This record gives sequence, structure tokens and C-alpha cells, in this order.
Amino acid sequence: MTMCLAVPGKIVTITDDPLLRMGDVDFGGVVKRVCLGYLPDAQVGEYVVVHVGFAIQRLDEDAARQSLELLTRIGLLEEELAGTPSGPRPGPRSARDGEGAA
Amino acid sequence: MRFVEEFGDPALARRILADLHATVTRPWALMEVCGGQTHAVLRHGIDQLLPPEVELIHGPGCPVCVTPLEAIDRALAIAARPEVIFCSFGDMLRVPGTGRDLFRVRALGGDVRIVYSPLDAVALAAAHPDRQVVFFAIGFETTAPANAMAALQARRLGLRNFSLLVSHVRVPPALEAILAAPGCRVQAFLAAGHVCSVMGTGEYPPLARRWNVPVVVTGFEPLDLLEGIRRAVQQLESGRAEVENAYPRAVPAEGNPAARAVLADVFEVTDRAWRGIGTIPRSGWRLSERYRDLDAETRFDVGRIRAVEPPECRAGEVLQGRLAPDRCPAFGGRCTPRTPLGATMVSSEGACAAYYRYRTTDLTGARHA
Repeated sequence: MTMCLAVPGKIVTITDDPLLRMGDVDFGGVVKRVCLGYLPDAQVGEYVVVHVGFAIQRLDEDAARQSLELLTRIGLLEEELAGTPSGPRPGPRSARDGEGAA
Repeated sequence: MRFVEEFGDPALARRILADLHATVTRPWALMEVCGGQTHAVLRHGIDQLLPPEVELIHGPGCPVCVTPLEAIDRALAIAARPEVIFCSFGDMLRVPGTGRDLFRVRALGGDVRIVYSPLDAVALAAAHPDRQVVFFAIGFETTAPANAMAALQARRLGLRNFSLLVSHVRVPPALEAILAAPGCRVQAFLAAGHVCSVMGTGEYPPLARRWNVPVVVTGFEPLDLLEGIRRAVQQLESGRAEVENAYPRAVPAEGNPAARAVLADVFEVTDRAWRGIGTIPRSGWRLSERYRDLDAETRFDVGRIRAVEPPECRAGEVLQGRLAPDRCPAFGGRCTPRTPLGATMVSSEGACAAYYRYRTTDLTGARHA
């Protein structure tokens, strides 16, 4: 059990208990009961970030896509420039290019 | 789209790394605040892929590690009482108190239970009206809303046999304390993403300005970490000190308003002692006056607590980024996850545990350089 780790999951059902908003959240096949009290507007099908049984935040799919798109563009400009004499320094970059990261 | 695999894409990671290598011109020291980030960095070997100029200093963001020994000893004393069902997150059970831990209390007959959610403890109290159920409410801003909801729910259900032993901590005052410490080497922070999911980013601009230090809100997947590092280095190289959000999919600027409202109701700011670091002004939360009747500290008189740290443990230096875990003489020998001297070797977020898990290769404790 990790305390600070929060995991993204998809809301599959919502039970509006009069005292507390609860729901089932699917974490890639494992479904757990989660408190949705802090996301009063969250809907079935939405992704949420869950920590110690509580959805603490919505996962914004658009923001996620934008981030990935931004990351995809990193280095593109540089690659184009690399062909020109004023391109960025090569050095350690090329030496490490072969290493994987994940 | 599950938002995990996509943010571990090796091709994109290489791109970010290439850009980082092209950007950096001199040495920089960055602190990743959260222990979850420390573990991710070591697990994915991110520290070994960075340009040699970029150093990651591991921060104090491990809730179990910074919970003061005095609070743990108090927990042990309360948990040993026959009328008590003591509930805690699993991480806490093996954290050494003065001479023993919660596992030991359980072995001696104490009713100590691991809960996944604080609401499980509330359910236990409802199911056992003849017992006193105590929940050990520790953690940062990420965990505080869950624990606050347990208090709220116990109140709604009218439970008289539920209480909380509260030792909550807040990140921003701790960052101030780190920056103010003599000899501080930290030049930029990777702020803890999930703390900001709750609190938003509003607490950081004054800190960034006052200390001229870049703060980049950073997530936990490999690409999140690399991008957080890249943006921090970009700021440092260009002489900027701003708050940036590199984890926007889980961090809106305002955080979670519903959670913040409940936090403001259930808790109030207090000074807090951090294990190994000392007392940091305004760095904690305790129950507010409205909820003080749920405070286990006043409900159970356990007498005077005399907490004694093992002299060999140097977790305090590790937590402040002054000592790399594997430079500690006890590391991997006298101190292992099975026989921890301090909390940093126990917790799944502790820096010593991360080094032990990902940087030791054989049973003799030999480790990579």
C-alpha cells in the first residue's frame, strides 16, 4: 500500500447514498468501491484519480492529449535545425540517444 | 486511454531527454518533493538517464517517514489498550517507534487493523459500538481530504466510539524550511502532483518569488517526471523562477474546491514536528475546534511519551536531501526493509527503501556505484 500514490480509474457506477456519494471505479479490470464525495459532478465513464479510496480529482482527457501532443513536438524543431550549421550542440545527446527510458 | 501507458512511451522519453541534454549548460540541483516521485525515478532509472549536470535531491514527501516518533509512540500506547481497535494504513505498521512497532503491539494482543480507506475505520466503529475505534490520520494534503471525510462521516452517523489520532503535514511550509536551512543546495522544486490535485497551485507563486526558485508541478509517470525536470532546467538556464504546471491532466489551478472546503472545516493549521527534521511552523493540520471531540489524543490519556530515536539512524539527513541513502553506514547492513532502523527504510515512499529496492543487486547488500 502506498500512501501518496494515486491511480487513475474509470467510474463504472455511481450510488448516491444520501450521506455520501460512492461509486465503483475500474482500474484496468480491478473494480473498487470509491468515495466520490469530493467530485459531486463526476459522471459514469469519466476518469478520476483515486487515493486511499477517494477520488481526489478528475482526470482531464483533453489536458492529457494536449500534454502528449506537446511532448511529441519537443525536439521536432531541434531535429529540423540539426540539419543546419546553427543547430544545437550534439555532444552528450547523441551519445545517449540509444538508451531507453522506460 | 488509461493515462498510464501513454506517459511511459520510450520514444517520447528519448525526445525529452535529448532536449534536456541540449538545454543544460551547467550543474543544477532539483528536489523532487514527493516520495512517490523518488520511487518512480529510481524504478525507471531516470536519474541515470539525465545529463550529468542535473542532480535530483530526494525530498521529504514521505508521510510515514516524517510522522514524528512521539506520534508513533502515542499510537503504540493507544493501540495496546484492550478497548481499542486501532486502524492504520499498512505502511505505518512496521515503522519503528521507541523500541517497538504496531506489528509488535498486534503480536502482543493489540487489535491493530490495516485499512485501505479511512471510511473502513468508520464502518468498523459502526459495526462495533462496544469498542473504541481509533484511526491514525497521517499524511500530506493528498490524504487529508480522505481522513477529514472520515471525521465528517462519523459525525453524520453520530458515532461516539470513533476518534482520530491526527498528525497531518503540509508541503509548502516544509519547502520554505528546506530553502531557509543553511547550506541548502536545492535550486528548483518538482512539486508533488497529487498534493496539488487537492490544493491547486496557488500556494507556490509567493514561494517561487521570495526564494527565486522555479516550482514545476510534476506527475509520476516517466514522461511526467522527465518533462518536469526539463521544464525546471529550462527555467534555471534562462534565469526564470516561475510556477509551471507540467501535470495539467490531474491538477487544475484551483485544486479540488469541495475537498478544500471540508479540509478548512475539519482541520486547522498548527506547528508540527517532522521526524528527523524538527518543528516547522504552520506545517501541520490538527482537528479544528468543531471536531476536537474526535481527537484520540485527548480521549486517551497515555501518560508522558518519552521518544528515543535510534542513534544510528540518519533519516533526518536523508529527508532533508543532505545524505544519499546509500551513503549511510547502516544502509543495507544493519538497516534493511526487514530490520529498519528508521521509517525511510520502511515506507513504500521512503528514499532508503527505494535505494534498497532498486539499487542493490545481491543478498550481500553490494550496490551499484
